[in-house]
Amino acid sequence: MTDAAPANEKLLATAGALFVSFPHCVTLGMQYLGSVGRKPTLKVDWRDDLVGNPASGVLHGGVITSIVDTTSAIAVTAHMDELETIATLDLRIDYLKAATPGKAIYCTAECYRLASQIAFTRAVCYHDSPDDPIAHGVATFMRDSNPKPMLVEGAA
Amino acid sequence: MSQFMETFLALRDEKRFADIIAAVPYARLMGVACGEDESGELLFSLPFAERNVGNTTLPALHGGLIGGFLENAALLHLMWNRESLEAPKIVDFSLDYLRSGKATTLYAQCEITKQGKRVAHVLIEAWQEDRRKPVAVARAHFLLSTPS
Repeated sequence: MTDAAPANEKLLATAGALFVSFPHCVTLGMQYLGSVGRKPTLKVDWRDDLVGNPASGVLHGGVITSIVDTTSAIAVTAHMDELETIATLDLRIDYLKAATPGKAIYCTAECYRLASQIAFTRAVCYHDSPDDPIAHGVATFMRDSNPKPMLVEGAA
Repeated sequence: MSQFMETFLALRDEKRFADIIAAVPYARLMGVACGEDESGELLFSLPFAERNVGNTTLPALHGGLIGGFLENAALLHLMWNRESLEAPKIVDFSLDYLRSGKATTLYAQCEITKQGKRVAHVLIEAWQEDRRKPVAVARAHFLLSTPS
């Protein structure tokens, strides 16, 4: 299922660009690098104002939370024919090891179950390879959480 | 003892809240403030800022930002209430979103549920106008010591 092509390739590209354009994502410098099948990958470059522990220079855990939340949300849209507003219901992050100061963080996510009302996702954060993860995140999203469309022009 | 903990403990003893936040770059970027409530417990606040928005059409605070704010609150709350000279390390963090974060100040307060030799468990609650209507609740585990 996850190797399948996106349900709507154009919508996934639009959602990827849209979600990283939200102000908080711009603040973090989040970039959408594209998707393999239905698995999107995002990147945040290391920056000194994103550090949590100034003694070590390790990025703040909140940066991981944001990239996991955003990448997972984009992964949900890879399964949709039309864009609907989704909202994170819950999110859990396991910090497997400290991020390396100075290195960019990548996050790849997949939606492994899209039910009628809930979407279930998992994500990994890493520097060089998803096989050597820094953090693991699982989340659930409410579908159709708000009648107000996220995209005003409906470009998808 | 890390230089960070040394700085933190010195600032804590003088209750220099603004300087504590200033020592954590990402907390400063988010715009976190902290102080004490009437019973002397730490109270964190995050005045609304456009740069913290996720969905712009609602508008709502970004879920990841709310997570970062709460995680930061838990860490500082734990450091504030401990004597140890070692900085706690976060192990895992679990967050339930109950309401969307509106364009107004977000508050957070924490409770150390358990503090063992190696691990601490911290509960975090976030709300806006009405404390009885939480925006999010979270819990975190921290590792308190590193094996020598």
